[in-house]
Amino acid sequence: MSKVKKKTKKRTTKKTTKKTTKKRYDGREANELRPIKIESGVLPNADGSAYIEMGRNKVLVGVFGPREMHPKRFSKPDRATLRCRYHMSPFSVSPRRSPAPSRRDTEIGMVMSWALEPAVFLDRYPRSVIDVYAEVLEADGGTRTACINAATVALVDAGIPMRDLVASCAAGKVDGRLILDLGDVEDKEGEADVPVAYMPKLEKVTLLQMDGVLPPEEFKECINLAIEGCKQIYEIQREALKKKYGITDEEEAEE
Amino acid sequence: MSALLENRDLVVPGDALYEGRIRIGDNTYRSQERVCATRLGLVNYNKNMVSVIALEAGFNPLTGDLVVGDVIDIGLGKWIVDIDAATNAALNVPDAIDAPFRTDIDMPSILDIGDTVVAKIVDLDRRRTPILSILGRDLGKVTKGFTIRFTPSKIPRLIGRNGSMVNMILRATGCNIAIGQNGRVLINGRTREQEEMAVSAIQKIEREAHISGLTNRVQEYLRQLKEEKR
Repeated sequence: MSKVKKKTKKRTTKKTTKKTTKKRYDGREANELRPIKIESGVLPNADGSAYIEMGRNKVLVGVFGPREMHPKRFSKPDRATLRCRYHMSPFSVSPRRSPAPSRRDTEIGMVMSWALEPAVFLDRYPRSVIDVYAEVLEADGGTRTACINAATVALVDAGIPMRDLVASCAAGKVDGRLILDLGDVEDKEGEADVPVAYMPKLEKVTLLQMDGVLPPEEFKECINLAIEGCKQIYEIQREALKKKYGITDEEEAEE
Repeated sequence: MSALLENRDLVVPGDALYEGRIRIGDNTYRSQERVCATRLGLVNYNKNMVSVIALEAGFNPLTGDLVVGDVIDIGLGKWIVDIDAATNAALNVPDAIDAPFRTDIDMPSILDIGDTVVAKIVDLDRRRTPILSILGRDLGKVTKGFTIRFTPSKIPRLIGRNGSMVNMILRATGCNIAIGQNGRVLINGRTREQEEMAVSAIQKIEREAHISGLTNRVQEYLRQLKEEKR
Protein backbone atom coordinates (compact mmCIF):
# COMPACT_ATOMS: atom_id res chain seq x y z
CA MET A 1 0.00 0.00 0.00
CA SER A 2 2.00 2.91 -1.18
CA LYS A 3 1.40 6.03 0.85
CA VAL A 4 1.97 8.31 -2.11
CA LYS A 5 -1.36 9.95 -2.62
CA LYS A 6 -2.79 9.58 -6.08
CA LYS A 7 -2.79 12.96 -7.68
CA THR A 8 -5.94 12.12 -9.58
CA LYS A 9 -8.65 11.69 -7.00
CA LYS A 10 -12.14 11.00 -8.19
CA ARG A 11 -13.24 14.46 -9.04
CA THR A 12 -16.88 14.85 -8.20
CA THR A 13 -19.12 17.83 -7.98
CA LYS A 14 -21.91 15.92 -6.28
CA LYS A 15 -23.19 18.28 -3.62
CA THR A 16 -25.56 15.97 -1.81
CA THR A 17 -24.18 13.87 1.00
CA LYS A 18 -25.75 10.46 1.31
CA LYS A 19 -27.43 10.09 4.67
CA THR A 20 -26.58 6.53 5.46
CA THR A 21 -25.65 4.64 8.60
CA LYS A 22 -23.60 2.09 6.68
CA LYS A 23 -20.42 1.14 8.51
CA ARG A 24 -17.01 1.76 6.92
CA TYR A 25 -14.71 -0.85 5.44
CA ASP A 26 -13.11 -1.50 8.82
CA GLY A 27 -16.40 -1.45 10.73
CA ARG A 28 -16.08 2.08 12.11
CA GLU A 29 -18.82 4.69 12.37
CA ALA A 30 -18.46 7.82 10.22
CA ASN A 31 -17.24 9.95 13.14
CA GLU A 32 -15.15 7.30 14.86
CA LEU A 33 -11.37 7.41 15.25
CA ARG A 34 -9.14 4.40 14.90
CA PRO A 35 -7.85 2.98 18.21
CA ILE A 36 -4.91 5.14 19.38
CA LYS A 37 -2.08 4.22 21.72
CA ILE A 38 0.63 6.73 22.67
CA GLU A 39 3.66 6.15 24.85
CA SER A 40 6.17 8.84 25.83
CA GLY A 41 9.85 8.57 26.74
CA VAL A 42 10.56 5.38 24.79
CA LEU A 43 14.06 6.27 23.54
CA PRO A 44 16.60 6.75 26.36
CA ASN A 45 19.21 8.33 24.08
CA ALA A 46 16.90 11.07 22.78
CA ASP A 47 16.06 14.20 24.78
CA GLY A 48 12.39 13.40 24.26
CA SER A 49 10.55 10.66 22.41
CA ALA A 50 7.16 9.12 21.74
CA TYR A 51 5.65 6.11 20.03
CA ILE A 52 2.17 6.19 18.52
CA GLU A 53 -0.11 3.53 17.12
CA MET A 54 -3.03 5.04 15.24
CA GLY A 55 -4.91 2.10 13.84
CA ARG A 56 -2.25 0.25 11.87
CA ASN A 57 0.04 3.28 11.65
CA LYS A 58 3.11 2.90 13.81
CA VAL A 59 5.39 5.91 14.24
CA LEU A 60 8.43 6.50 16.42
CA VAL A 61 9.52 10.09 17.09
CA GLY A 62 12.72 11.34 18.71
CA VAL A 63 13.42 14.97 19.67
CA PHE A 64 16.90 16.41 20.17
CA GLY A 65 17.68 19.88 21.40
CA PRO A 66 17.57 22.77 21.65
CA ARG A 67 21.16 22.46 20.52
CA GLU A 68 23.77 24.27 18.47
CA MET A 69 22.72 24.49 14.81
CA HIS A 70 24.86 22.98 12.11
CA PRO A 71 25.41 24.26 9.47
CA LYS A 72 25.55 27.53 11.37
CA ARG A 73 24.49 29.71 8.44
CA PHE A 74 20.95 28.27 8.66
CA SER A 75 20.48 29.40 12.26
CA LYS A 76 18.25 32.39 12.94
CA PRO A 77 19.53 35.23 15.13
CA ASP A 78 16.25 35.79 16.98
CA ARG A 79 14.81 32.33 17.44
CA ALA A 80 15.33 28.60 17.18
CA THR A 81 14.64 26.54 14.10
CA LEU A 82 12.28 23.58 14.31
CA ARG A 83 13.67 21.01 11.91
CA CYS A 84 11.47 17.99 11.22
CA ARG A 85 12.50 14.91 9.34
CA TYR A 86 9.77 12.60 8.15
CA HIS A 87 10.88 9.23 6.95
CA MET A 88 9.14 6.01 6.01
CA SER A 89 10.99 2.79 6.67
CA PRO A 90 11.42 0.55 3.62
CA PHE A 91 9.28 -2.10 5.33
CA SER A 92 6.48 0.30 6.30
CA VAL A 93 4.56 -0.32 3.10
CA SER A 94 4.13 -3.09 0.59
CA PRO A 95 5.83 -3.25 -1.86
CA ARG A 96 9.10 -2.12 -0.28
CA ARG A 97 9.76 1.59 -0.46
CA SER A 98 13.13 3.11 -1.27
CA PRO A 99 14.76 4.45 1.89
CA ALA A 100 16.07 7.51 0.06
CA PRO A 101 14.29 10.73 1.06
CA SER A 102 11.62 11.52 -1.51
CA ARG A 103 9.90 14.72 -2.52
CA ARG A 104 6.91 13.65 -0.42
CA ASP A 105 9.11 13.10 2.69
CA THR A 106 10.54 16.60 2.34
CA GLU A 107 7.08 18.09 2.04
CA ILE A 108 5.66 16.28 5.04
CA GLY A 109 8.71 17.21 7.12
CA MET A 110 8.12 20.84 6.23
CA VAL A 111 4.38 20.58 6.92
CA MET A 112 5.12 19.00 10.31
CA SER A 113 7.38 21.86 11.35
CA TRP A 114 4.80 24.40 10.18
CA ALA A 115 2.12 22.62 12.19
CA LEU A 116 4.24 22.48 15.35
CA GLU A 117 5.99 25.87 15.21
CA PRO A 118 3.01 27.96 16.47
CA ALA A 119 2.93 25.86 19.64
CA VAL A 120 6.63 26.11 20.53
CA PHE A 121 8.32 29.10 22.22
CA LEU A 122 11.07 29.26 19.60
CA ASP A 123 12.10 32.79 20.56
CA ARG A 124 13.56 31.47 23.82
CA TYR A 125 16.42 29.68 22.09
CA PRO A 126 17.99 32.01 19.53
CA ARG A 127 20.59 30.56 17.14
CA SER A 128 19.78 26.97 18.05
CA VAL A 129 17.83 24.10 16.56
CA ILE A 130 15.25 21.63 17.76
CA ASP A 131 15.41 18.45 15.73
CA VAL A 132 12.37 16.20 15.37
CA TYR A 133 12.92 12.83 13.73
CA ALA A 134 9.79 10.91 12.80
CA GLU A 135 10.19 7.36 11.54
CA VAL A 136 7.14 5.62 10.13
CA LEU A 137 7.45 1.93 10.93
CA GLU A 138 4.11 0.92 9.46
CA ALA A 139 1.81 3.05 7.32
CA ASP A 140 -1.93 2.82 6.83
CA GLY A 141 -3.15 6.26 5.78
CA GLY A 142 -2.82 9.47 7.77
CA THR A 143 0.82 9.13 8.76
CA ARG A 144 1.37 12.89 8.75
CA THR A 145 -1.29 13.33 11.42
CA ALA A 146 0.14 10.44 13.43
CA CYS A 147 3.62 12.02 13.18
CA ILE A 148 2.35 15.39 14.41
CA ASN A 149 0.53 13.76 17.34
CA ALA A 150 3.63 11.82 18.38
CA ALA A 151 5.98 14.76 17.78
CA THR A 152 3.95 16.95 20.15
CA VAL A 153 4.22 14.38 22.93
CA ALA A 154 7.94 13.97 22.23
CA LEU A 155 8.51 17.75 22.36
CA VAL A 156 6.82 17.96 25.76
CA ASP A 157 8.85 14.96 26.89
CA ALA A 158 12.01 16.80 25.82
CA GLY A 159 11.07 19.67 28.14
CA ILE A 160 10.63 22.21 25.36
CA PRO A 161 8.34 25.08 26.42
CA MET A 162 5.04 25.00 24.51
CA ARG A 163 1.90 27.11 24.36
CA ASP A 164 -0.35 24.11 23.89
CA LEU A 165 -0.34 20.57 22.57
CA VAL A 166 -1.01 20.05 18.88
CA ALA A 167 -3.46 17.31 17.99
CA SER A 168 -3.95 16.28 14.41
CA CYS A 169 -6.54 14.31 12.52
CA ALA A 170 -7.96 14.04 9.01
CA ALA A 171 -11.52 14.08 7.76
CA GLY A 172 -12.71 13.43 4.26
CA LYS A 173 -15.39 12.31 1.87
CA VAL A 174 -15.79 8.74 0.72
CA ASP A 175 -18.77 7.46 -1.29
CA GLY A 176 -20.47 10.81 -0.82
CA ARG A 177 -20.23 10.55 2.97
CA LEU A 178 -18.14 12.72 5.30
CA ILE A 179 -15.96 10.58 7.54
CA LEU A 180 -13.30 11.05 10.21
CA ASP A 181 -9.73 9.70 10.31
CA LEU A 182 -9.35 8.14 6.87
CA GLY A 183 -7.54 4.86 6.49
CA ASP A 184 -5.32 4.03 3.54
CA VAL A 185 -8.11 2.55 1.38
CA GLU A 186 -10.46 5.46 2.09
CA ASP A 187 -7.66 7.90 1.42
CA LYS A 188 -7.07 6.48 -2.03
CA GLU A 189 -10.64 5.66 -3.06
CA GLY A 190 -12.29 8.73 -1.55
CA GLU A 191 -13.26 12.03 -3.10
CA ALA A 192 -11.42 14.28 -0.64
CA ASP A 193 -9.05 14.25 2.33
CA VAL A 194 -8.59 17.18 4.73
CA PRO A 195 -5.80 16.79 7.33
CA VAL A 196 -6.10 19.31 10.17
CA ALA A 197 -3.79 20.08 13.11
CA TYR A 198 -5.34 21.96 15.98
CA MET A 199 -4.36 23.46 19.33
CA PRO A 200 -7.42 22.60 21.48
CA LYS A 201 -6.78 24.97 24.41
CA LEU A 202 -5.98 27.97 22.22
CA GLU A 203 -8.62 26.92 19.66
CA LYS A 204 -6.31 27.53 16.73
CA VAL A 205 -5.77 25.54 13.55
CA THR A 206 -2.07 25.12 12.71
CA LEU A 207 -2.35 22.89 9.65
CA LEU A 208 -4.99 22.69 6.97
CA GLN A 209 -4.47 20.79 3.75
CA MET A 210 -6.87 19.37 1.23
CA ASP A 211 -6.58 16.77 -1.46
CA GLY A 212 -9.57 16.36 -3.78
CA VAL A 213 -12.68 18.47 -4.28
CA LEU A 214 -15.36 19.50 -1.80
CA PRO A 215 -18.15 22.07 -2.01
CA PRO A 216 -17.63 24.93 0.48
CA GLU A 217 -20.27 23.81 2.99
CA GLU A 218 -18.92 20.26 3.08
CA PHE A 219 -15.39 21.62 3.46
CA LYS A 220 -16.48 23.53 6.58
CA GLU A 221 -18.24 20.44 7.88
CA CYS A 222 -15.07 18.44 7.27
CA ILE A 223 -12.96 20.87 9.26
CA ASN A 224 -15.37 20.76 12.17
CA LEU A 225 -15.40 16.97 12.06
CA ALA A 226 -11.59 16.88 12.07
CA ILE A 227 -11.46 19.35 14.98
CA GLU A 228 -13.78 17.09 16.98
CA GLY A 229 -11.35 14.23 16.27
CA CYS A 230 -8.40 16.40 17.35
CA LYS A 231 -10.09 17.08 20.67
CA GLN A 232 -10.43 13.35 21.30
CA ILE A 233 -6.77 12.79 20.38
CA TYR A 234 -5.75 15.65 22.70
CA GLU A 235 -7.17 13.74 25.67
CA ILE A 236 -5.17 10.65 24.69
CA GLN A 237 -1.98 12.75 24.40
CA ARG A 238 -2.56 14.18 27.88
CA GLU A 239 -3.05 10.71 29.32
CA ALA A 240 0.15 9.48 27.65
CA LEU A 241 2.17 12.33 29.15
CA LYS A 242 0.69 11.87 32.62
CA LYS A 243 1.05 8.09 32.53
CA LYS A 244 4.83 8.38 32.64
CA TYR A 245 4.52 9.92 36.08
CA GLY A 246 1.90 7.56 37.51
CA ILE A 247 -1.16 8.71 39.37
CA THR A 248 -1.43 12.42 40.01
CA ASP A 249 -2.32 12.04 43.70
CA GLU A 250 1.03 10.52 44.55
CA GLU A 251 2.91 13.47 43.16
CA GLU A 252 4.65 15.93 45.33
CA ALA A 253 7.76 18.00 44.92
CA GLU A 254 9.90 18.68 47.93
CA GLU A 255 11.83 21.65 46.74
CA MET B 1 -9.14 36.03 40.30
CA SER B 2 -8.83 32.41 41.27
CA ALA B 3 -6.67 29.34 41.10
CA LEU B 4 -8.08 26.82 38.66
CA LEU B 5 -6.30 23.75 40.02
CA GLU B 6 -5.06 22.30 43.30
CA ASN B 7 -1.50 22.86 44.46
CA ARG B 8 0.89 20.13 43.17
CA ASP B 9 -1.46 19.01 40.38
CA LEU B 10 0.24 17.54 37.33
CA VAL B 11 -0.17 19.86 34.35
CA VAL B 12 0.74 19.67 30.66
CA PRO B 13 1.58 22.64 28.38
CA GLY B 14 -1.45 24.80 27.67
CA ASP B 15 -3.31 23.98 30.88
CA ALA B 16 -4.90 27.07 32.43
CA LEU B 17 -3.60 27.55 35.97
CA TYR B 18 -5.00 30.85 37.11
CA GLU B 19 -7.54 33.40 36.02
CA GLY B 20 -6.88 37.04 36.80
CA ARG B 21 -3.94 39.24 37.68
CA ILE B 22 -1.00 37.56 39.41
CA ARG B 23 2.78 37.43 39.11
CA ILE B 24 3.89 34.58 36.90
CA GLY B 25 6.83 32.34 37.78
CA ASP B 26 8.81 29.67 35.97
CA ASN B 27 7.35 27.63 33.11
CA THR B 28 4.19 29.70 32.70
CA TYR B 29 2.91 32.29 30.26
CA ARG B 30 0.05 34.72 30.13
CA SER B 31 -2.64 34.21 27.51
CA GLN B 32 -5.33 36.88 27.62
CA GLU B 33 -6.62 36.87 31.22
CA ARG B 34 -5.22 33.46 32.03
CA VAL B 35 -1.94 32.01 33.21
CA CYS B 36 -1.04 28.77 31.43
CA ALA B 37 1.70 26.16 31.78
CA THR B 38 4.50 25.80 29.22
CA ARG B 39 5.95 22.54 30.49
CA LEU B 40 4.92 19.21 31.95
CA GLY B 41 5.18 19.65 35.71
CA LEU B 42 3.59 20.28 39.07
CA VAL B 43 1.72 23.53 39.60
CA ASN B 44 2.84 25.64 42.53
CA TYR B 45 0.58 28.36 43.93
CA ASN B 46 2.27 30.87 46.18
CA LYS B 47 0.69 33.81 47.93
CA ASN B 48 1.20 36.14 44.99
CA MET B 49 2.76 33.99 42.30
CA VAL B 50 1.95 30.96 40.21
CA SER B 51 4.64 28.72 38.76
CA VAL B 52 5.21 25.19 37.47
CA ILE B 53 7.93 22.88 38.79
CA ALA B 54 9.05 21.26 35.55
CA LEU B 55 9.48 17.49 35.47
CA GLU B 56 11.07 17.60 32.05
CA ALA B 57 13.29 20.53 31.12
CA GLY B 58 16.60 21.14 29.47
CA PHE B 59 19.44 23.11 31.02
CA ASN B 60 18.99 26.86 31.08
CA PRO B 61 22.41 28.39 31.83
CA LEU B 62 22.48 31.04 34.56
CA THR B 63 25.36 32.98 36.06
CA GLY B 64 26.83 31.12 39.02
CA ASP B 65 25.91 27.61 37.85
CA LEU B 66 28.47 24.86 38.29
CA VAL B 67 28.66 22.78 35.10
CA VAL B 68 30.50 19.74 33.81
CA GLY B 69 31.31 19.96 30.11
CA ASP B 70 33.51 18.67 27.30
CA VAL B 71 35.98 20.76 25.32
CA ILE B 72 34.90 20.38 21.69
CA ASP B 73 36.97 23.03 19.94
CA ILE B 74 39.82 25.46 20.40
CA GLY B 75 39.46 28.98 19.03
CA LEU B 76 41.78 31.97 19.15
CA GLY B 77 42.15 32.63 22.87
CA LYS B 78 39.22 30.47 23.91
CA TRP B 79 38.04 26.93 24.31
CA ILE B 80 34.53 25.97 23.15
CA VAL B 81 32.82 23.79 25.73
CA ASP B 82 29.71 21.66 25.21
CA ILE B 83 27.55 22.02 28.33
CA ASP B 84 24.29 20.49 26.97
CA ALA B 85 22.69 23.93 26.64
CA ALA B 86 21.07 25.48 23.58
CA THR B 87 24.40 27.11 22.73
CA ASN B 88 27.97 26.08 23.45
CA ALA B 89 29.93 27.89 26.16
CA ALA B 90 33.22 29.76 25.83
CA LEU B 91 36.17 29.44 28.20
CA ASN B 92 38.57 32.32 27.62
CA VAL B 93 42.29 32.02 28.36
CA PRO B 94 42.29 34.57 31.24
CA ASP B 95 39.53 32.53 32.91
CA ALA B 96 41.60 29.37 32.65
CA ILE B 97 45.20 30.30 33.55
CA ASP B 98 44.76 33.66 35.29
CA ALA B 99 47.01 35.42 32.76
CA PRO B 100 46.28 37.45 29.64
CA PHE B 101 46.19 35.70 26.28
CA ARG B 102 49.40 35.63 24.30
CA THR B 103 49.79 33.99 20.91
CA ASP B 104 52.71 31.87 22.13
CA ILE B 105 50.53 30.04 24.68
CA ASP B 106 50.19 26.37 23.74
CA MET B 107 46.48 26.01 24.37
CA PRO B 108 46.13 22.23 23.81
CA SER B 109 48.69 21.62 26.54
CA ILE B 110 46.38 23.36 29.01
CA LEU B 111 43.09 21.89 27.78
CA ASP B 112 42.73 19.72 24.71
CA ILE B 113 39.71 18.70 22.65
CA GLY B 114 37.92 15.85 24.43
CA ASP B 115 38.93 16.95 27.93
CA THR B 116 36.22 17.18 30.56
CA VAL B 117 36.13 20.27 32.77
CA VAL B 118 34.29 21.26 35.90
CA ALA B 119 33.60 24.97 35.46
CA LYS B 120 31.50 27.80 36.70
CA ILE B 121 29.36 30.11 34.55
CA VAL B 122 30.66 33.57 35.39
CA ASP B 123 28.71 35.53 32.83
CA LEU B 124 26.33 35.41 29.88
CA ASP B 125 27.51 37.68 27.09
CA ARG B 126 25.23 39.88 24.99
CA ARG B 127 24.32 36.97 22.72
CA ARG B 128 23.61 34.94 25.85
CA THR B 129 26.59 32.68 25.27
CA PRO B 130 27.71 31.30 28.63
CA ILE B 131 31.22 32.39 29.69
CA LEU B 132 33.00 29.86 31.87
CA SER B 133 35.81 30.02 34.39
CA ILE B 134 37.91 27.21 35.85
CA LEU B 135 39.69 29.43 38.35
CA GLY B 136 38.57 28.40 41.80
CA ARG B 137 38.39 25.56 44.24
CA ASP B 138 37.31 22.18 42.85
CA LEU B 139 37.19 23.60 39.31
CA GLY B 140 39.35 22.66 36.35
CA LYS B 141 40.27 19.74 34.16
CA VAL B 142 38.94 16.35 35.21
CA THR B 143 41.65 13.72 35.52
CA LYS B 144 39.83 10.93 37.36
CA GLY B 145 36.35 9.42 37.37
CA PHE B 146 33.53 9.35 34.85
CA THR B 147 30.37 11.30 34.07
CA ILE B 148 26.75 10.18 33.88
CA ARG B 149 23.72 12.12 32.67
CA PHE B 150 20.79 13.24 34.79
CA THR B 151 17.65 15.22 33.92
CA PRO B 152 18.67 18.87 34.57
CA SER B 153 15.25 19.80 36.00
CA LYS B 154 15.62 17.12 38.68
CA ILE B 155 19.06 18.29 39.89
CA PRO B 156 17.58 20.04 42.99
CA ARG B 157 16.24 16.67 44.13
CA LEU B 158 19.65 15.02 43.67
CA ILE B 159 21.26 17.73 45.78
CA GLY B 160 18.48 17.80 48.37
CA ARG B 161 17.78 20.45 50.95
CA ASN B 162 21.17 21.98 51.85
CA GLY B 163 22.85 19.10 50.05
CA SER B 164 21.29 16.42 52.27
CA MET B 165 20.71 13.90 49.47
CA VAL B 166 24.12 14.09 47.85
CA ASN B 167 25.86 14.08 51.24
CA MET B 168 23.99 10.91 52.13
CA ILE B 169 25.26 9.23 48.94
CA LEU B 170 28.78 10.54 49.60
CA ARG B 171 28.77 9.06 53.11
CA ALA B 172 27.25 5.74 52.08
CA THR B 173 29.46 5.11 49.07
CA GLY B 174 32.65 7.04 49.82
CA CYS B 175 32.75 8.42 46.27
CA ASN B 176 33.55 11.96 45.22
CA ILE B 177 30.59 13.41 43.34
CA ALA B 178 30.46 16.71 41.46
CA ILE B 179 27.01 17.70 40.27
CA GLY B 180 26.79 20.01 37.28
CA GLN B 181 23.59 22.03 37.02
CA ASN B 182 23.57 20.99 33.36
CA GLY B 183 22.76 17.42 34.32
CA ARG B 184 26.20 15.85 34.08
CA VAL B 185 27.33 14.17 37.27
CA LEU B 186 31.01 13.41 37.81
CA ILE B 187 31.67 10.34 39.95
CA ASN B 188 35.02 9.21 41.27
CA GLY B 189 35.29 6.35 43.74
CA ARG B 190 38.11 4.26 45.13
CA THR B 191 36.62 0.98 43.94
CA ARG B 192 34.29 -0.13 41.15
CA GLU B 193 31.71 -1.32 43.71
CA GLN B 194 31.51 2.12 45.31
CA GLU B 195 30.97 3.75 41.93
CA GLU B 196 28.30 1.25 40.91
CA MET B 197 26.46 1.88 44.16
CA ALA B 198 26.52 5.65 43.62
CA VAL B 199 25.28 5.27 40.03
CA SER B 200 22.36 3.03 40.97
CA ALA B 201 21.33 5.39 43.79
CA ILE B 202 21.44 8.37 41.41
CA GLN B 203 19.40 6.48 38.83
CA LYS B 204 16.81 5.66 41.49
CA ILE B 205 16.54 9.36 42.33
CA GLU B 206 16.01 10.18 38.67
CA ARG B 207 13.22 7.61 38.33
CA GLU B 208 11.40 8.62 41.50
CA ALA B 209 12.19 12.33 41.78
CA HIS B 210 8.52 13.34 41.70
CA ILE B 211 7.29 10.98 44.43
CA SER B 212 7.36 12.16 48.05
CA GLY B 213 9.48 10.56 50.78
CA LEU B 214 12.44 10.23 48.44
CA THR B 215 15.21 10.74 51.01
CA ASN B 216 13.99 7.88 53.19
CA ARG B 217 13.60 5.56 50.24
CA VAL B 218 17.10 6.30 48.96
CA GLN B 219 18.51 5.79 52.46
CA GLU B 220 16.82 2.39 52.66
CA TYR B 221 18.00 1.55 49.14
CA LEU B 222 21.62 2.39 49.96
CA ARG B 223 21.41 0.24 53.10
CA GLN B 224 20.08 -2.66 51.04
CA LEU B 225 22.86 -2.28 48.47
CA LYS B 226 25.48 -2.30 51.23
CA GLU B 227 24.04 -5.49 52.72
CA GLU B 228 24.03 -7.19 49.32
CA LYS B 229 27.69 -6.35 48.87
CA ARG B 230 28.62 -7.99 52.18
